[in-house]
Amino acid sequence: MNIRLLGDSALLVELPDFKVAQALRHEICASAWQGILELVPGYNSLLIETDPLKLDVERLATRIQKFATGSLFLPVPNEHEFAVRYDGPDLQAVAEVTGLTIAEVIGRHSASTYTVAFLGFAPGFPYLVGLDPALQVARLKTPRTRVPAGAVAIADQFAGIYPQATPGGWRLLGSTAAKLFDASRDTPALLAPGDRVRFRAMP
Amino acid sequence: MITVLEPGMLTTLQDGGRTGFAHLGVPHAGAADLLSLRHANRLVGNVDDRTAALEFTLCGPTLRFDVASVLALTGGTLDARLDGQPVTMYQSVPVKAGQVLVCGKLSSGVRAYLAVSGGIPGTPVLGSVATDTLSGLGAPVLRMHDVLSIETTEMRVGFYLRIAPRFSDDITLRILAGPHRECFAEEALRDLHERCFTVNQSSDRTGVRLNEALSLPKAPGELPSQGMTTGAIQVPGDGCPVILLPNHGTTGGYPVIATVISADHWQLGQLAAGTRVHFVQVDRTQALTALREQEQALQEDILDADGPLLAARALLLLARSNPELSELRMKQGTHQVRLRR
Repeated sequence: MNIRLLGDSALLVELPDFKVAQALRHEICASAWQGILELVPGYNSLLIETDPLKLDVERLATRIQKFATGSLFLPVPNEHEFAVRYDGPDLQAVAEVTGLTIAEVIGRHSASTYTVAFLGFAPGFPYLVGLDPALQVARLKTPRTRVPAGAVAIADQFAGIYPQATPGGWRLLGSTAAKLFDASRDTPALLAPGDRVRFRAMP
Repeated sequence: MITVLEPGMLTTLQDGGRTGFAHLGVPHAGAADLLSLRHANRLVGNVDDRTAALEFTLCGPTLRFDVASVLALTGGTLDARLDGQPVTMYQSVPVKAGQVLVCGKLSSGVRAYLAVSGGIPGTPVLGSVATDTLSGLGAPVLRMHDVLSIETTEMRVGFYLRIAPRFSDDITLRILAGPHRECFAEEALRDLHERCFTVNQSSDRTGVRLNEALSLPKAPGELPSQGMTTGAIQVPGDGCPVILLPNHGTTGGYPVIATVISADHWQLGQLAAGTRVHFVQVDRTQALTALREQEQALQEDILDADGPLLAARALLLLARSNPELSELRMKQGTHQVRLRR
């Protein structure tokens, strides 16, 4: 674990991977320390934002250092399956770049089990790891000005789902009707870091 | 009730923002210049100084008050008029039912704030009414004919404060080093400390973009996505620094060369296009002392003080934490204290 100070009110804790980041997040949540405002997991890090008038980040760093990252507890993840209509505008291009047929692209995308590494970019947007290496393609050079809500997409080593219509540069393979983010729900984001995700092709 | 006759350029409802949802990708949002929002609330007697208020951008709205109220305008300089009469900023102003407030264009800074006694109501989304201009959460941007259902309030005559802020077009921001200094060559760090930068006009509530590139003999590249905070100075591949504002995305992959200290965050919300920006490095003790002094000055100015001595003390505290202010004035009943530089 490597702890960096990010300004006068935050710590950036670098960790071996996203699983340790999530485990550390749970550990700190359970500690219920005063003055912690946000715990944001990244791909291999955890950002800890504090109220600097209530909690000194250097003292916090000393406390965090004491956690043995090997023995952290990770809760049992939730599992989700999304029915996907594979009719995305980039299917053909992804097939060409990867040398696969469209059917193979769909087959490989829906064969994997993914894990939510972290959320970011937009409320409820999951960065899913577990993508078939054959499907790793670069994002679009020029992002689309509008990607529709529910778009199922891939970029680099990640798969993802757009919770709302936004500009975006990921390659669109299809769409799902699932509502990934709804601020009026008790649990606004459908997916949480650590959750497992599968995609099922709709006929 | 307030009826919107003209919405202004980008008028939003803002408060202290959303806290505790960044791990779900929910931006913090809230006032771009939180200090001015807090001043405005304190001037109208709102106990929670992060109560929702209107944030104007470059050009303010025209509003009709359909009920009597008390308002305060803070932030960037406006030439506001209430039924044609000039409205002094940083002062609580009683409003009669039927009066029209024309806010007009800002002549300094980027954002101004209007607080009313009792606050401007909105529907909280994840604990805040703040308009999130990045993800669309919270109150929509103000439109013509909108109605804001404020309560009628009695004039609260209390300790009030008047400041004549000067939003300079040449400012110095205090920074702390890192966290990703090792991604940058010495030349980039020297540029950051020695060069004068100017603010790009594409700056918005997510970040302030600077026009001048840092020397990048080796490309800093991108890091795995990680959580980001307001004040972080990111350096994308083109070398032009971007300073994050409260509506920034929750994660990012560009290395952060330095971070603006919390006590200077409010200034980030007031950096107009073309403003010259310098950075000066401070240490953690200085950063925290500045924040504590700012907070103390804010607490002092609503003391229910009675007499010129307490007013003078509060004024000095305020002056110390606001070195950019050219003139400070404070009034309590018949007493008036003034400080000029």
